[in-house]
Amino acid sequence: MKLTKLAALAATTALCAPAAFAQEMANEMTLVSWGGAYQSSQIKAYVEPYLEMHPEVKVTWDESSAEAVAKLRAMNEAGNVTWDLVDVVASDSMRLCDEGLAVEIDPSADLAAAPDGTSAEDDFGDLLVSECFVPQIVYSTTFGYRTDLVGDTAPTSVCDVFDLEAYPGKRSLQKRPIDNMEWALFCDGVAKEDIYDTLGTDEGVSQALAKLDTIKDQVVWWTAGAETPQLLADGEVVMGSTFNGRLFSAIAEQNQPIGMLWDMQSFDLDGWIVPEGLPADRKARVMDFLKFATDTQRLADQAKYISYGPARASSAPLVGTHAELGIDMAPHMPTDPANATNVHIYDYEWWADNRDDLNAKFEAWLAK
Amino acid sequence: MSDMTDTAGPVLAADGTPLKRSLARALRRQKLRALLLIAPLLIFILVSFILPVVDMLYRSVQNGIVTNTLPRTVEALADWDASTGELPDEVVYAALAADLKEAAEAKIHTKVGTRLNYENPGMSSMFRKTGRKAKKFDLEAGGPWKEELIDINKGWGEHDNWRTIQTYSPTITSGYFLNAVDMRVGTDGPEMRPEDEQIYMKLLGRTLWMSLAITSCCILLAYPVAWLLANLPARKANILMILVLLPFWTSLLVRTSAWKILLQQQGVINDILVYVGLVADDSRLVIINNQFGTIVAMTHILLPFMILPMYSVMQTINPSYLRAAKSLGATDWTAFWRVYFPQTVPGIGAGSILVFILAIGYYITPALVGGTKGTFISNQIAFHISTSLNWGLASALGAILLAVVLVLYWAYDKIVGIDNVKLG
Repeated sequence: MKLTKLAALAATTALCAPAAFAQEMANEMTLVSWGGAYQSSQIKAYVEPYLEMHPEVKVTWDESSAEAVAKLRAMNEAGNVTWDLVDVVASDSMRLCDEGLAVEIDPSADLAAAPDGTSAEDDFGDLLVSECFVPQIVYSTTFGYRTDLVGDTAPTSVCDVFDLEAYPGKRSLQKRPIDNMEWALFCDGVAKEDIYDTLGTDEGVSQALAKLDTIKDQVVWWTAGAETPQLLADGEVVMGSTFNGRLFSAIAEQNQPIGMLWDMQSFDLDGWIVPEGLPADRKARVMDFLKFATDTQRLADQAKYISYGPARASSAPLVGTHAELGIDMAPHMPTDPANATNVHIYDYEWWADNRDDLNAKFEAWLAK
Repeated sequence: MSDMTDTAGPVLAADGTPLKRSLARALRRQKLRALLLIAPLLIFILVSFILPVVDMLYRSVQNGIVTNTLPRTVEALADWDASTGELPDEVVYAALAADLKEAAEAKIHTKVGTRLNYENPGMSSMFRKTGRKAKKFDLEAGGPWKEELIDINKGWGEHDNWRTIQTYSPTITSGYFLNAVDMRVGTDGPEMRPEDEQIYMKLLGRTLWMSLAITSCCILLAYPVAWLLANLPARKANILMILVLLPFWTSLLVRTSAWKILLQQQGVINDILVYVGLVADDSRLVIINNQFGTIVAMTHILLPFMILPMYSVMQTINPSYLRAAKSLGATDWTAFWRVYFPQTVPGIGAGSILVFILAIGYYITPALVGGTKGTFISNQIAFHISTSLNWGLASALGAILLAVVLVLYWAYDKIVGIDNVKLG
């Protein structure tokens, strides 16, 4: 463990060194993230080790990731981009790339190779969903349930969410069509591989909404990730969807009587983008940091602080125990084989095309 | 008298210039000084308020992106008659290939794709996927482009997509405004959207009636409080004033979350009702995540904006009027209704305008406690600004909201009179 870390450190410093001489680098960086436990995991895993190597650098944080797309567009129009590196979800990175607001990344030149020599492109594999995106973590939107309110048989399938007879009570769902429409179709008998073909037709949309109609008056709709854990803790809902890391902290850190339902968990990615239009010195600094912060060891380190899976294949074997609780983190990762028996892969391209349209239909359905 | 008759020449000032000119000069200097004094404020308002509003309003009709990105295609498409149901000919496809190559090199092809996708889902990926290949197009030797483009993405062989490009090629569009009133450009002129996509008019109506309900609740609750504030001895009034202002200084999110804890089904109010036995445990009241929740939480949040103008107006009402009315034989009710109440109308008017206009633009509180039936049109504006990035539609919705407020303001002026508004 220690050896690999040292080796990785040596490798990165060796890689960074020529770049450092090649170009003048700014000594200030503004990083944008989501705040909370996630941002502190980034500080501990990426930023603190980087600052040890480069004590002259000053890092400022901005907790604006939720509005990053709109703010970046406004900054770009004003011609004054004040952010250097922005943490966004994959679908936002695609939009930023489409809008020309993010820099295209060349994995072979801009990112570090795995310690065993695998190129960054192969190491990230399919997770490089957009030309501008450097993924950090795999997270999932999945269900948690109150172990004491679901009776003797705990739910094992996502379709139990739609079963009001076996599991009466309220459930919380995210107030957006993404994921909910797919789960509804899956539980209405549509095969997993046909979900997006079905959803592409008007009949498919009606079918999904009809399925959601069966539980509509029992649903509490959430907009912030913290809502479901709170609703579960208060006993307002018996089950609800949220990000798996939120459920992990409710279960492992706050000892709430909550169980995980991993069936049909919806994988999503979170990662960095570099804004378009940075001056050369700032860009040189941020590219240097980006290469360091997304190498194999750094991504594995992040999993010590939060239960999100590292985006590199080579990081997975390095995932250790929780930094404070001392529990083994691997079984809490959405990517753990035991949890990932039935996963839903969310189709970014499809949603980029159809989101506006389906959102209108979904909102109209909600308002009905 | 002899002075008066001597008016043949102009009246002169002490320095010999005509008085009229001298006066005008002095006044002009005064005006200029006044203007200079307010200049910082004027410039600030102009730069930070008027210009952004105008810019946002312009976005709701602006549509230069299609012509700017695909100039040759737009020109070639001008002769194409969409109603024939036939695809455009090779000339148009060749123009598109040239435009796409150029756009892909400048990396702007996806932007136009995003714009057209608002009108016709699927076009965003057409442009994204074709753009990847477009950089390698050989305009001289390549082709025929019709087959080649349809081969890259079958969307180029669909009549509907071409009609969308043609419809949205002018630099000014009514598309966003039509969308904002649940309409769209159909094959023959504007038409209503299908029923399962109609949302904005419904939300606008809901926003207006709920804002009115909130304003009415505020009037009912604020009037007695303001009366107490104005009529209690100073010491007690001050304590009461602090109680009014305290929630005003608390964060909006904290207050909204507090209402969640109070109103939810396992919350304080339901717990008490169940404990007292008024409500059975299995039929707890649903008083949050619906319109009721929004009205309660927003009434609480906006109440100070109603109390303060009412209070400052009531403070100026001389208590001897009421005594005079009573001594002339009026009952308590008549004295209040005929003498006191009319004098407080300017305060009610000012408070109502403040509360109503603030309520119409609220979106955080409705999003948190409104569930599905208690959200406002501003929630959709926020969605289009920060999530879908459809700023054109967001500004069109904003412009409609602004127009509605101005119309209501005008109506208020006609009915009550704007001079009849007092903040103190």
